[in-house]
Amino acid sequence: MSTAPVLRACAAENRAAFIGYLPVGYPDVPGSLDAMRALVAGGVDIVEVGMPYSDPGMDGPVIEAAGVTALAGGVRTRDVLTAIEAVREAGAAAVTMTYWNIVERYGVEAFARDLAAAGGSGIVTPDLVPDEAGEWIAASDAHGLDRIFLVAPSSRPERLAYVAGSSRGFVYAASTMGVTGTRAEVGSAAAQLVADTRSAGAEHVCVGLGVSTREQAAEVAAYADGVIVGSALVKALDSGGTAALERQAAEFAAGVRDRG
Amino acid sequence: MDHELFSSPASELPQGPYFGTFGGRFIPEALISALDEITDAFAKATVDPGFVAELHRLHRVYTGRPSLLTEAPRFAEHAGGARILLKREDLNHTGSHKINNVLGQALLAQRMGKTRLIAETGAGQHGVATATAAALMGLECRIYMGAQDTERQALNVARMRLLGAEVIAVEAGSRTLKDAINATFRDWVASVDTTHYVFGTVAGPHPFPMLVREFQRIIGLEARAQIEELVGRLPDAVTACVGGGSNAMGMFHAFIPDSGVRLVGCEPGGDGGELHAASLTRGTEGVLHGARSMMLQDDDGQTIESHSISAGLDYPGVGPEHAWLHDSGRGEYRAITDAEAMEAFRLLARTEGIIPAIESAHALAGALQLGRDLGPDAVIAVCLSGRGDKDVDTAGKYFGYFDANNEED
Repeated sequence: MSTAPVLRACAAENRAAFIGYLPVGYPDVPGSLDAMRALVAGGVDIVEVGMPYSDPGMDGPVIEAAGVTALAGGVRTRDVLTAIEAVREAGAAAVTMTYWNIVERYGVEAFARDLAAAGGSGIVTPDLVPDEAGEWIAASDAHGLDRIFLVAPSSRPERLAYVAGSSRGFVYAASTMGVTGTRAEVGSAAAQLVADTRSAGAEHVCVGLGVSTREQAAEVAAYADGVIVGSALVKALDSGGTAALERQAAEFAAGVRDRG
Repeated sequence: MDHELFSSPASELPQGPYFGTFGGRFIPEALISALDEITDAFAKATVDPGFVAELHRLHRVYTGRPSLLTEAPRFAEHAGGARILLKREDLNHTGSHKINNVLGQALLAQRMGKTRLIAETGAGQHGVATATAAALMGLECRIYMGAQDTERQALNVARMRLLGAEVIAVEAGSRTLKDAINATFRDWVASVDTTHYVFGTVAGPHPFPMLVREFQRIIGLEARAQIEELVGRLPDAVTACVGGGSNAMGMFHAFIPDSGVRLVGCEPGGDGGELHAASLTRGTEGVLHGARSMMLQDDDGQTIESHSISAGLDYPGVGPEHAWLHDSGRGEYRAITDAEAMEAFRLLARTEGIIPAIESAHALAGALQLGRDLGPDAVIAVCLSGRGDKDVDTAGKYFGYFDANNEED
């Protein structure tokens, strides 16, 4: 099932969706499933299940370090599917975010099939642009999965149109020119990027990179369909376990309802 | 030399983004615009007589091109008597072929209005070359180097700092070249307005594999003319070491249409067992650092750490054009072990008075093998990609040349 109905339901409540990222396998596989359940209990609408990767070029230090721990602990690609099932049982929608070589190695068609069977809605692809995505476009069509491509402040109008036209579910707008991580402020380019991406044809645009407080979530929720949080959740898990994570998630869930 | 520096637009050889099924751009959308800008600037620069003349001038008066072609007869006695010709990239300013690419990219960065250069480096040769170009052109410079490499190539770290560059030791992952590349991409995505990423090899997203090859192509262009002049014909084979593969692509490219010339790439075979960096001969197809190519990876697609005695070849991927040459059969690739490379390293020093880089010693070892196969009528050209000053510490330890207890000295 696509994430689009989830985003429409949030819009009907006059709020943005809260999308939370956590890496599978961190601190270990069972622990990461507990963390994702805590995230759902805290009020997340969509869980982005991250697959740790040896060369995470889009990630900052917090998520990279969690990935190193997860890989050292032996996390496997198939654990993503287990996590997706756990999130669905807990009552939220689930997508996965993975670097593309992981999917290629599993087999694009096989991964799409197994992801759909696990109840996943689609894939966020930080290092796959639509230009290279022929096989994934075919497989996602065959299995009814969302293709969540990214746009960035550097994307020119023709790229925005191309990415928006190639995506399904939502478009992931990178708020700033940079990698994942908590920041003092969300990039000022984000609101314009969301507006431009909508004008380019996207039904839903969600914003990620740098959102670390309830206030920032509210600020982004004023103009975006969804607010994506990652590093701040991993930090909460690090500092106080699943209880702290659930409290932090509840803060963001409140933030996306404070759009003013 | 009287030849065109850059490939003709009419060339039938691939110019990227794809080399057969390899290459492409597997990269965050945020960088697409910058890669398009570089592609466009490069296309315009190569047909701008001013740009070409300035690069030629720097090659001549700064780098010291054309580099020499030196015959190595005493070394060749160990190679079945075949004639062995060395293309002396070790004599370039900064000590390796890396300067060819760096000067081209630094000029390009200036044309694009960038004021800052960043680069990854493995052994430190590319970092030193980039720091050199930045000093020459008055650009800011930051170099990312795996922490394991800053330890084993400490002298190059000092050289870069002496040249005014900031050197960052990357502690993430395996603490080697691949992690330095990740760190450089992270810097670039946040700094792309002012900064050019001087990619060091023929890997990465388009246009880097094509662009770096075009700047290194001068090696083979010069060698081809020099060999014809010296021996009156083309060689039977050319050899070059292959990590990412830039000196090899530079050496091979002018010979690709010459079907009688064997193109032999020498990969780092490590200990000959499980510890190696032979992405083509022992790797599988995958996506790494922005391109589809051959690589070392596990069943889940996680990159496997590579191992080589040579820091400059210690990389789990390889440029996509090599993957294409390998796949099509036009290129031949073989793995040279650490021990074979070190034997060739010492042999060249003792027979010819030339200390090569350990990287280049892999190509020398390949030439020894080929010569023994081909016999005394063969002519083999070796790309001697760099000099071995930086490797004296490694070699001294390897061969036991340091006195164990020299307090009395």
